[in-house]
Amino acid sequence: MKRIFLIALLGSAFPAMAHRLPMPANAPASYQAECSSCHMAYQPALLPANDWRKLMAGLNEHFGSDATVDPKNGAEINAFLERNGGDPKRLGSAGTPPRITQTRHFTHHHHEVPPKFWRDPRVKSAANCEACHSAAAKGNYSEHDIAIPELRE
Amino acid sequence: MRAIPAVALLLASLACHAETPQQIRQIYVSAAAGQPAGFTPSAQRGDAFFRQRFAINDKMPGCTSCHTDSPLNAGQHAVTGKNIRPLAVAANAERFSDPAKVEKWFGRNCKEVVGRACTPAEKADFITYLSEVR
Repeated sequence: MKRIFLIALLGSAFPAMAHRLPMPANAPASYQAECSSCHMAYQPALLPANDWRKLMAGLNEHFGSDATVDPKNGAEINAFLERNGGDPKRLGSAGTPPRITQTRHFTHHHHEVPPKFWRDPRVKSAANCEACHSAAAKGNYSEHDIAIPELRE
Repeated sequence: MRAIPAVALLLASLACHAETPQQIRQIYVSAAAGQPAGFTPSAQRGDAFFRQRFAINDKMPGCTSCHTDSPLNAGQHAVTGKNIRPLAVAANAERFSDPAKVEKWFGRNCKEVVGRACTPAEKADFITYLSEVR
């Protein structure tokens, strides 16, 4: 009886591991250098490969800014993102232009967040993962490590 | 216009090295020297330029939109909210040490905020201000 209880207890811990999303070990330095100044360097698993390809092909009009990179870095970053893109069936459609925050995967995980939290000046935008997930850059999106309680004040 | 190839060549020659802000500034001063004759960079002009509001981009009317009123403080991207490390050298020793990075961000931000390329004189003034502000 005790063994079954122990196994059930351990088994219930596994869902928490689903919120670890580390950056692949083979990430080129150019990805951080070129893609982490205006927003964090998003883990490639957050979008499917073909959506990453679309974004990289349209960097001159990247959500209102010209984010073009030189061809060499662009090719390297594009290859990295496509190689490590997420499962489109699991993520859902990201829309046009592709937005991580529009995937079913994102909206499902954030459906309890009140709209006013996204507008809080400490957050500003749903693209700002680190405002609530302070360890997002390290791949930790655990719901137990979120700064939301501060927004409730 | 003739200054642009000169600046590009000078920057290319330094591209592999870490430089001091003074060395990087000197590139722009040299390029600007041809323009009003006897140009001397000015931190005061750089300060004024930092605070100027341009009419190009309503989300980012000026440098302060992301870098805040004090370049010694951390900033926040006006659209995404992403934290931006301080721009002043006194608060962030890495600033203005990589010529390629300096040119890249002048290129992007001047186009987006000022609506045109910044002149070598403006860049020299800007770097002077950010190197000296405490």
